[in-house]
Formats: sequence, structure tokens, C-alpha cells
Amino acid sequence: MSISDLSPLGAQGGSHVRAVHDEFHGDLLEVSMGPHHPSTHGVFRMIVTLDGETIVKLKPVFGYLHRNHEKLGENTSYLGSMPYTDRLDYLCSMTNNWAYAIAVEKLAGQPVPERAEYVRVILAEITRLLNHTCLAGFLMQDLGCSGTPLMYAFREREKILDLFESLSGSRMMCNYQRFGGCRVDPSADWLEGAKQLTDGYGQFLDEFEALLTGNEIIMARTQGTGVLSPELAVAAGVTGPMLRATGVNYDLRKTDAYGVYPRFDFRVPLGAHGDVYDRYMVRVLEMRESIKILQQALAGIPAGPIMDPKAKLRGFRPKAGEAYGRIEGPKGEIGFYLVSDGSPNPYRYRVRAPSFINLTILEDMCLGQTVADAVIILGSVDIVLGEVDR
Amino acid sequence: METAEQIRDRLLARFPGAEISVVTNPGAAAQHSLLLGHAHARAIAEFLRDDAPLKLDQCSNVTGIDWPEKKIVETTKVTVPDPAGGPAKVVEQKSERVQPGYLEVVYHLYSIAFRHGPVILRLRTGNRTDQVTVPSLTPVWRACEFQEREVFDLYGVKFEGHPDLRRILMWDTFKDHPMRKDYVEPDDYEWEPTPHGAVLEKAKAHYPTPPAAAIAPAAAPTPATGGAKS
Repeated sequence: MSISDLSPLGAQGGSHVRAVHDEFHGDLLEVSMGPHHPSTHGVFRMIVTLDGETIVKLKPVFGYLHRNHEKLGENTSYLGSMPYTDRLDYLCSMTNNWAYAIAVEKLAGQPVPERAEYVRVILAEITRLLNHTCLAGFLMQDLGCSGTPLMYAFREREKILDLFESLSGSRMMCNYQRFGGCRVDPSADWLEGAKQLTDGYGQFLDEFEALLTGNEIIMARTQGTGVLSPELAVAAGVTGPMLRATGVNYDLRKTDAYGVYPRFDFRVPLGAHGDVYDRYMVRVLEMRESIKILQQALAGIPAGPIMDPKAKLRGFRPKAGEAYGRIEGPKGEIGFYLVSDGSPNPYRYRVRAPSFINLTILEDMCLGQTVADAVIILGSVDIVLGEVDR
Repeated sequence: METAEQIRDRLLARFPGAEISVVTNPGAAAQHSLLLGHAHARAIAEFLRDDAPLKLDQCSNVTGIDWPEKKIVETTKVTVPDPAGGPAKVVEQKSERVQPGYLEVVYHLYSIAFRHGPVILRLRTGNRTDQVTVPSLTPVWRACEFQEREVFDLYGVKFEGHPDLRRILMWDTFKDHPMRKDYVEPDDYEWEPTPHGAVLEKAKAHYPTPPAAAIAPAAAPTPATGGAKS
């Protein structure tokens, strides 16, 4: 097998830039951005056709990180897949765990004790803070603010990772949720640490926003860039902050009311234009709402068991059937579809990866924009390639 | 929201002659689904998207399932009269039948407008070899575009009417469909540094001499060579 066979473009794959002579369009230039391009957030590739500096065609190429995660899930037990869900997304392992746990709990009809539901909400909202802070930092890096905002973001990320480490033993690959509860009970000290983080986060956001939100250069660069219409967003299955930035009020924490979310008072921030700036702004506002949820959850967390005493972990064999469970992850709707045939392994294990499906409309958002805009549009989609390629 | 049976009845009234049946889900989730025939699938999908009480405007999840052909042994009890005039005997008769295999595509639909769901649609192929075409629902929901490509790539279901049906995760020249249950992974383990278990059995064929780990403990100690690990 030659190298050109391995390339998604076949024989054309070797060159990074190639002239296209086309009777319709005159002279176009085809640029292969990625897979090893810092702005693609991993090994992602876009084949961009340019007319001058304007994008006239953009084809994403996937699969550089493909390891057939779903086949691995079919070959291991239900519990064995839990640590693999961490590896989908290095920022959101807690929400990935939760989404998988919810799908399995639906499949097996497994109840969850109240304290565990509170802990799950606390961890999911901390994960949302983590993800959105890092995303804002990465987006600024893509915009050309080299270093400074990202360093502020990573300073906060360290605090959150320390919290995760002290609770689960691991900073990024937490493997924390179980079917019917959580693995360990957070101590009073840990909850106090989470409370301190929550109380200090608003101040960090003020500082972060003072630097960025009203910044003229950022506004000039991002407003009106990569506009997505609400109709297209809904038809293309876009979810999460991407969808809400277009003004569609759809948040699974409100619509599905899973866990104990109905007990908390929070609002769903919406954008108005669906451009890169709105996507940034919706995430910043979501972080402020997450702080509110965290304060309520940390104040109201009840005592009690963290695992359902009847929950079965070893030798877990749900009855034949199927279930689709989903939650509002920081990147959008993360769902797991499981088919059971009564054996210890799932017959079918499917991950509905939000960042993969949110990329469906990447070309639509980039047409007519420049290459530099494509970089920030991709940055505002919020992708993690481990999840896109699975 | 209406139940799957109610939706089926309404669809049958709207599309007389369409093949629609409810597939019940015996599990705790009780998410029942609608199995559609190919002929009316796209018209039904469009109807469900635009229908006033349902308005399923979001296709959240598209996925494939492989159901290889399966031998089913059925046991029936037959009463055989005793020729000697004694009491009739009850004899168990076993009959085998082969349930043909097929590939299945599952769509999870939700309504953002009315915030309900899921309504689950299923499409099945005729078999797993030559009749693997199903109608594509990408013209109805754009969200299916990459996910149907993924099902095509990993399961080998061909979607009729898909605008750009190419492999998406595997490379273009890849031959097989890795998510099928009978997929055999390529035997290319010769560079595995520390093979063990089933991989070691496969790797043996590729090594000019068996790796150190595979050799049974020798009677005489071999002189240590630089860099070799045992």
C-alpha cells in the first residue's frame, strides 16, 4: 500500500496547496489545512478551495484519531466502557461519564440516590466552567491574542483539575460515575473546596470579560463572522451553545429535566445573531448561570448514600432491550444509545458525539469568509477530536 | 406526546398501504420504535417533520445495528399416541430455522419546537450482502449527512439519495466494514513489541524466530545479549 492510498484525497493528498483550473471558476487554489495545524485543535483537516482569499468550498476530513470506540464498547462489559468515555473528551470526562451512566440506568431501570444526583450536577457544572473557560481561551488564541487569555483560562483550569484529582484520583480521566450513583463520596472538605472555587469564579469571569468581551478588535473580528441561521441549526442537529447562540431556546437541562435540575433556578442565555461573538458570549453567560446552579447545589446537597445499595456493578447484565440517554454536555447533546441482548456486554454501544454533529454545517458557516475566519469559526464550534473521530 | 401505536395509526391513515409496524422495546426504557418500509420512508419522514402535533424538527441520532443471521431452535411438544395402546406420550420436537440477517438503521427524532421525543424510526435492509440499500433521510434532516456516511462507512449500508456518500472515518481505499459483527481484523501484529494472549498466537506466524516471551524456559541459561529483554 502506498502513501497516496492512505490519504483521503487519494493521489492528490500529498500536496498541501494545489492550483485548480476550472472552466467555471477560473483559477482557484486548494489548500489542505491540517491535520497537523495548530488551529485545528488536534488532527482535523479541512480541504479549503479559495477564490483569492474567499472560501468557495470546504470539505472536512475526519478519522485521523479513529480507533472504533464503539467496537471497543461492544467488546467490553458495561462498566468496562466507563473509563473509555473519559477518553472521548479530555475536558468533559465527568459529563461523558454521566451521559453513559444515564443511558445504562435507563436501560436497566436503575434509580439513583439524591445525594449522587446533587454530586453529579455539581461535577457537571464544574465541567461546564472548565470547558467554556478553556474554549474561550483557545478561541482567543485562534484569534491571535497569543497566550495571555489562554494562560488566565488555564490558571482556572488547574484549580478545577486539582478538585477533580482530589475527588476521583485523576485530573482528566476521572472515571467517576457509576450505574446507580458515584464511585466515592465527596468529603466535607472537598465540598468546601468546590464552594471556594464557585465563589471565586465570578471574580475571575469579571477579570476575563474586562479583558475580552468589550474589546474592539475582538468585536470587529468576530461579529458577523460565521453566521448560522436558527433554521439551519435545527435542521442540522446542532446542539448546545452553538444552537442557543442562534436564538433557539433549547437546553436539555430544562427540556428533559434530568437529574435534579428542575430544583435549581437558572436561566438559559440566548444569542441573537448566531455569529462567533454570540457563541463566545453565550458561553460566558452560561458560566455565570453555572455558578448560580453550583451555589444552590452546594448549599442544598443532602446527606445520604452515594450509591444505590441495590445497584450491581460486577456481573451487571441488563435485560434485553434498548435505551437512548442524553444530557446537556458543555459541547452540546451528548447521548449514548445502547442495545442489550441480555449478555454482560452491550450488543450495540453508540456515542452521539456533539462536536462531530456540530461540524455538519462547518462548510455553510465558512463559505464567503476568509481562511483566517475559518480558523475562528472552527474554534467557536468547540471540537475535541477524540470525540469527533471516536 | 402520542404513543408509537397512535403515530402508526395516524400514519397509516395518511399513507394507506405503507408498511409501518411498531417494534416494542421490552427493556425498562420502553422506548418503542416504528419500523418503516422503504417505499414510503422519506414521505413519512417529511410528514413527521412538518406534522402540526408532532413537528419532529431535530434528528438527533442516526446509527446502524448489525443483526447477522441467527439459528433459532424451537422446541414444540407433540403428543404421540402409543401404538401398543398405552397412554399417549408427550415428545419434544426440535426444529431449527434460520432467521435471515439484516442491517438496521435507527433514527432518534426529537421536537425542538414542542420539546418532546424521542420518536424512533427504523429502516432495515433486505440482507447483509447485496440488498443493502435504504432511502436516505438526509434530504429531510441535514443532521443525517455525516451520521449516514458513518453508517455507510462502518456498516456498509448504502443510502439512496444521499448527496455525498463517501467513507468518513476509515480511509477511502479501505475495503471492509469494521462495525459488522463478523468483521475480522487484519492480521498485522508483527510489530507488536510485547505480544501476549491471542495476539501472541497471531504474531507467532510473523516472527522469523519466536519472541523471547514465547520460548519455554530453557534448560541452560543463555548468555545475556545487549538490549534483549526476556
